[in-house]
Amino acid sequence: MALLDIQNLVVEFQTASGMFRAVDGVSLHVDEREVLAIVGESGSGKSVSMLAVMGLLPWTAKVTADRMSFNGRDLLKLSPAERRKIVGKDMSMIFQEPMASLNPCFTVGFQIEEVLRFHMGMDGAQRRERAIELLSQVGIAEPAERLNSFPHQMSGGQCQRVMIAIAIACNPKLLIADEPTTALDVTIQKQILDLLVSLQAKYGMGLIMITHNMGVVAETADRVIVQYKGRKMEEADVLSLFESPKSNYTRALLSALPENAVGDRLPTVSDMLFEPAPSGAAA
Amino acid sequence: MSIKVVEGKNIVRDYHVGGGLFRAQRTVHAVKGVSFGVDKGKTLAIVGESGCGKSTLARIITLIDPATSGELFIDGNKVDIARGGLTKEMRRKVQIVFQNPYGSLNPRQKIGDVLGEPLLINTDKPADERRDLAMKMLKKVGLGPEHYNRYPHMFSGGQRQRIAIARALMLNPSLLVLDEPVSALDLSVQAQVLNLLADLQDEFQLTYVFISHDLSVVRYIADDVMVMYFGEAVEYGSREEVFSDPKHSYTKTLFAATPRADVASIKARLAKKKAA
Repeated sequence: MALLDIQNLVVEFQTASGMFRAVDGVSLHVDEREVLAIVGESGSGKSVSMLAVMGLLPWTAKVTADRMSFNGRDLLKLSPAERRKIVGKDMSMIFQEPMASLNPCFTVGFQIEEVLRFHMGMDGAQRRERAIELLSQVGIAEPAERLNSFPHQMSGGQCQRVMIAIAIACNPKLLIADEPTTALDVTIQKQILDLLVSLQAKYGMGLIMITHNMGVVAETADRVIVQYKGRKMEEADVLSLFESPKSNYTRALLSALPENAVGDRLPTVSDMLFEPAPSGAAA
Repeated sequence: MSIKVVEGKNIVRDYHVGGGLFRAQRTVHAVKGVSFGVDKGKTLAIVGESGCGKSTLARIITLIDPATSGELFIDGNKVDIARGGLTKEMRRKVQIVFQNPYGSLNPRQKIGDVLGEPLLINTDKPADERRDLAMKMLKKVGLGPEHYNRYPHMFSGGQRQRIAIARALMLNPSLLVLDEPVSALDLSVQAQVLNLLADLQDEFQLTYVFISHDLSVVRYIADDVMVMYFGEAVEYGSREEVFSDPKHSYTKTLFAATPRADVASIKARLAKKKAA
């Protein structure tokens, strides 16, 4: 059975000019030990659909789905209190801006231990021990000293490692990474991606990688979903997506990669759009 | 030998930080003696990770910051903004486009005024002429006259970057410094902006200094490539030289770290995963 199973997810936002539909009938599933990549441009609804799964959307959002189950439990029927017990423990998320997603007022150690206290009920000594273990797992040197650092004393790459440490603190079954490397340098990006993939393999987590970078998809994913304007355009395993993309949009995205440039001009997405969208999604 | 549009000889930039009552002053060597030159109509790409001094170098070339030592030539004339002021004539020759199109436009200024301002400050053209030139420039970068009276928040990221490019071009500069102009943009929008830059280069015979950490973009746009690491130019040569035969170990690390999106490397990765 799938770890996360979503059928026909719709997310709408209340705006001054009526309801805006950010996610329009997306279905997806992730199995244990699987890396799923969701690709799309900004505004394609890729982050919003995952925030809906985590229950992190503001009250102006209206989330409906035919089914949204995680690990056999129906997320739509859970009370907020029950849901908070799952989010951050069995299912956790890493965000795009590592500097902005850590609290600048507390030490890194405090922020890691907070999760352990809330979800695992460990006492102080156990928490500290586990926090040191986590920091060394994500590759931070001198973890015991680093626990007392504040986020501003660390680099962007180190902050992202701390975010990963917080996310995997309770051995989650599913890890959602929302553009985890977009704000980072290429060399650091490589380190973070390698870290995520090795942790995923070691603990057998399901990993959802949200990105707009085709290179990141190629380096990490098992299966890929391409989203555009809130709709799913294509779903395929990684090799067949790159070898023989089915939808026009995917083809356009791949040809807009600078390394695939033929001649002097890059083809842009608008050059190739829009013939009729693939079946199941009306454009 | 043709005159280089921009040429730097042994440029050094130090910053002095700290220095309080109880603490000694510290010197950060941001750029440690870099030399380069770009011919008219060509593109020099500067590659490196954050903190390697590439943006400091951009500020020196744009005549925003003075170099601590070294010589900078623009169109064959020696420029030193530390001593002797900068003439409006010089200021017009070099313009810059910044990384973040959301931060580089004044939210309270209409697009027409954004484009007219360089002319207002640096020339004595009357208002109606400024307006005409701004309208023309909007068309050049793929926007329309209807955008003249709008505010920056009404535009998408790609459109804002077009506006920033248009503003930089208002004074007909010979050199355009582009500080990571596409790294904040989506893939498809990035392609549009890169195409626009290529078209404008052809049309105006522009010279670009293109700063980036994305090697696939650099490979597409650059004629010459300079790789910087901790303030030093560790590798400098034509695009073919640098990409086909990287010499310095940092350049090799950089190439190895760039994610590859071709079918062969995906197959290799999947095979490795299966074996593990």
